[in-house]
Amino acid sequence: MDAKLVKHTDEVGAKMGMWLFLFTEMLFFGGVFLLYAVYRAHYSADFHDASSELNRTIGTFNTVILITSSFSAALSLSEIKKGAVRSSGVSLGITALLGTVFLIVKYFEWSTKIGHGIYPGSAYLNDMSHGKVLFYSLYFVMTGIHAFHVLIGIIVFLVIIFMINKGTIHEGSSVKLENAALYWHFVDIAWIYLFPLLYLLR
Amino acid sequence: MNTEARQGIFSWIFSTDHKRIGILYLCSVLAFFLTGVVIGLLMRLELIAPGRTIVSARTYDSLFTLHGIIMIFFFVIPGVPASLGNYFLPLQIGARDVAFPRLNLLSWWLYLIAGITAISTIFLPGGPPDTGWTFYPPYSIRTPTNVSVAALAAFIIGFSSILTGINFITTIHRLRAPGMTWFRMPLFPWTLYATAWVQVLATPVIAITLLLLILERAFGIGFFDPTKGGDPLMFEHLFWIYSHPAVYVMILPAMGIISEIVPTFSRKTVFGYKAIVFSGLSIASLGYVVWGHHMFTSGMSDVSNMVFSFITFAVAVPSGIKVFNWIATMYKGSVDIKPPLLYAFAFIFLFCIGGLTGLINSAVATNIHIHGTYFIVAHFHYTMFGGAGFAFFSGLHYWIPKMSGRLYNFKTSAVACIIMFTGFNILYFPMFLLGWQGMPRRYYDYPPVFQGNNVISTIGSWILAAGLLIMFTNLARALFKGEKAGDNPWDGTTLEWQTSSPPPPENFLEIPVITRGPYSRERNT
Repeated sequence: MDAKLVKHTDEVGAKMGMWLFLFTEMLFFGGVFLLYAVYRAHYSADFHDASSELNRTIGTFNTVILITSSFSAALSLSEIKKGAVRSSGVSLGITALLGTVFLIVKYFEWSTKIGHGIYPGSAYLNDMSHGKVLFYSLYFVMTGIHAFHVLIGIIVFLVIIFMINKGTIHEGSSVKLENAALYWHFVDIAWIYLFPLLYLLR
Repeated sequence: MNTEARQGIFSWIFSTDHKRIGILYLCSVLAFFLTGVVIGLLMRLELIAPGRTIVSARTYDSLFTLHGIIMIFFFVIPGVPASLGNYFLPLQIGARDVAFPRLNLLSWWLYLIAGITAISTIFLPGGPPDTGWTFYPPYSIRTPTNVSVAALAAFIIGFSSILTGINFITTIHRLRAPGMTWFRMPLFPWTLYATAWVQVLATPVIAITLLLLILERAFGIGFFDPTKGGDPLMFEHLFWIYSHPAVYVMILPAMGIISEIVPTFSRKTVFGYKAIVFSGLSIASLGYVVWGHHMFTSGMSDVSNMVFSFITFAVAVPSGIKVFNWIATMYKGSVDIKPPLLYAFAFIFLFCIGGLTGLINSAVATNIHIHGTYFIVAHFHYTMFGGAGFAFFSGLHYWIPKMSGRLYNFKTSAVACIIMFTGFNILYFPMFLLGWQGMPRRYYDYPPVFQGNNVISTIGSWILAAGLLIMFTNLARALFKGEKAGDNPWDGTTLEWQTSSPPPPENFLEIPVITRGPYSRERNT
């Protein structure tokens, strides 16, 4: 292992790297959005029927949760820049907590559907029309990939909180927190598109 | 710097020094390359006569699939950028390392994990995939072979490639030496820059596609399964949205190497520096929107076919510009035919054949005739092996003296180059004829009428392999017994030649200040 002669962090470079990573995330989700667009055009009546079977109330609740969590993430960043280390950590804790609430709600939503026999590959689902099979597969894949991103975000935030407490992230060096918040906003924005596409558009 | 810490295996596999990671990558890609070569030789041996020769039909299917997966994902895509690129990008732009050294190390580890995953398919029950490296459904959904494991390997290596891309873009934006404006940057970093954007913007698409394929096999989500209303054509679209730009990940850095070597051995500044820069960028951007030319016979609309055909023709223009630039650089230069330049000549010649036959493929009418035949196999081996492969060898001969501090035997490497060039053409040219006559690719058996050209082609594969053996032996021998190269054996003008061979851990004792263009033959202060 090479010891670095001079320890230095290029904050602009680090943020640039994060933005590039977010471009790749966008294109990653882009693949499923493309499939959604094509299959929605093919099977618009089936998509209409299937999407009205999703629970809008729960979807809306989760949307509010996620947007609020983005707010607390942004708050955490502005607090640390002011030097308010403690309240920054608390805000980030709230963000991670809201993320967890989102996942718990998602868990119940999924298990209700699965309890009704609706999941990819189930005999009950495969007996439905093609468009409905594809809609529910898209629903599970898209929300599943998204939930996985939420989970990663929560883990990252826990690490960041640990680093704030240890003092490695502070007023003068907050780029890790900023990058984590950027990632979280991306996860939020992905949901902002998923929610209307799956729950609202009919 | 603690010198003791720089010895032993851990000082390599956990090193964050871009030069060590470059060498790790170099060793790994060469190991995969040789594996792929052996599989290729077995395939050619099988095809020397109709019917069964050495392996069963099922084994043959696995062989061409593994050959494709190994050569594409584990050799040509990471080949130049991750090995030579990693080593020479920071050196050429006057930086001490890449922007994210630890991510760089992570990317090599991901490469290694992906490699082990891919190789494990051979030993797992079910056997290696037999779908071809393109994993087309619906067959890839039905086959009992380990398609999911192979797709997972490609998924992981995609991450590795993305990390390299992010790292290189940030490095080039942030770490150029003082005074090195964009247009004072050498051409190899320029092509790595274009390549890195393709890696960042195209690779995620194959990642999601392969993930969906895995989910399709595991849960039956139906996206690509016609029995559930899905459309296999969508897989082809998503697959080629990445995999066509990927061929520019393979060829662009290769062009960058040639753009370094030609001016060095012509003792002249490069002709049309900006034209080379912009043609590289336009190849990268046009390369995004030509993927449909892989699907002319798949059932797209006529309008799509024509549009994709037209854009494919357009992408040939910047490639042609580069060839003219290299030749114009040599014109009236004092051309010194050392081994790197000899390999570069082989590259230019073979790449021209590969590129021009690409135009035959891109015309919809002729494509219908030759689609899925050996003509395609010949075309992409001329561009990928004759192009990217020979440029890689050229780069090795150019830069190994810098990396090791030692010179190889010039005569032996020239002989190897001539043998390889001859063998290459004997191996692949008959495939153009076979394809034109209608012999389909990926077939285990063929009617006796095709045997003549198949025999010639197989003999060519032995000549090529002999050339490869001589070349690698010569290079390996140089590492131990070669005479000292000195800091600048080729009288090169770019920054890597202004530091010692091999370069010190932080590359430069003092970061140089750039006051001139990269190929100007005056020295920097």
